[in-house]
Amino acid sequence: MKILFTSRGDSWDSEIDPRFGRTEFFFIYDDDSEEVQTYDNRDIANQAHGAGPRTAQKMADYKVDVMVTGNGPGGNAAAVIEKMGVKVYAGAGGMTVKEAYQSFRDGELSEF
Amino acid sequence: MKIAIASGKGGTGKTTLATNLASYMTEREKVVLADLDVEEPNSGLFIRAEHFHSEDKYKSKPAWDSEKCTLCGLCQEVCNFNAVIRMVDDIMVFPKLCHSCYACSELCPEGALPMEQEKIGELNHFRGKNLDFVESRLMIGEEQAVPLIAQTSEYVDQNLPGADLVIMDSPPGTSCPMIEAVKDADLIILVTEPTPFGLHDLKLAVETAEKLDKRHAVVVNRFGIGNDDVIDYCREKGIDIPAMIPNDRRIATLYAGGDLLMIPSVQEQLERVSGYIRRIREEVAG
Repeated sequence: MKILFTSRGDSWDSEIDPRFGRTEFFFIYDDDSEEVQTYDNRDIANQAHGAGPRTAQKMADYKVDVMVTGNGPGGNAAAVIEKMGVKVYAGAGGMTVKEAYQSFRDGELSEF
Repeated sequence: MKIAIASGKGGTGKTTLATNLASYMTEREKVVLADLDVEEPNSGLFIRAEHFHSEDKYKSKPAWDSEKCTLCGLCQEVCNFNAVIRMVDDIMVFPKLCHSCYACSELCPEGALPMEQEKIGELNHFRGKNLDFVESRLMIGEEQAVPLIAQTSEYVDQNLPGADLVIMDSPPGTSCPMIEAVKDADLIILVTEPTPFGLHDLKLAVETAEKLDKRHAVVVNRFGIGNDDVIDYCREKGIDIPAMIPNDRRIATLYAGGDLLMIPSVQEQLERVSGYIRRIREEVAG
């Protein structure tokens, strides 16, 4: 299963970025292959409008099964994510990616 | 002559000045009061006039025709607002993000994104003695005030060309809605309060007026609170302060009751603003 975390950096110790549309990085972990991929999304700061749909579209390239984030996506992004069939788990704001992964595994995060 | 009543900071007294000034000036001439703060129009709370006309207002947005579409993706490339997104085998349109620029629609090689109309708000026109009051109200959930502000200004231009004076109650701030509201004004009156917060946002509004190359003046409201920094700033910049409305509990009481400020201390300040406007008008005309 491929899990995408919205994060402020590209390591397991990076903090979760609570925002979806304007997240600074994607941290993607495939727990079958144990491979990590990251994507630097910081260009999004230049988008005055529609950051949500834009980031959601970028996320589609990675074909993930689950997303773990902080506040949860806004309406526009949620519509795109729903189309992709990705399950969203929110409430990981303030955690590191490692902690968020553990919380997700332990079933402590709620489905958005 | 068109006068925009604007401010950087919200809640400084734009509506207070716009409604009272409009009413004061109807004693001598034909006035149009346009409430262009379409996200929260409130001039109407103070104006007693007969309903004259209503109309719905629309904006254009693309509607996807899946039969004609080849999923080439050109539409999302040309959209500056991420309002059109290709996702799997769909083109998703986000009407709230769309700025009605027509780029996707015009450039689509298959004609698969025809523009359609969507209602965004309502315009109402009221008539009183020497007064035409026009206000528009953006529908709840709509994000873009600009198209409705533009159409409201157009309505005034087309339907009320004979007015001696158009007073526009503008949205607060210095972003797109404010710019749209003041861009056709001959004079911008910036209302501020004499506090550090008032001064901070006044500076932004003055910079905006300067960038737009618009004649501007300042009316200080709630004069007596805060400090002299706003007055010093205006003096340094050479900005006229035609009037200062005193900080007075009676004003708050009348305002809260939806009444115009028929008290001598305010009427005296309105006379000053009205004299200032007449002088500018002669200059503009001469």
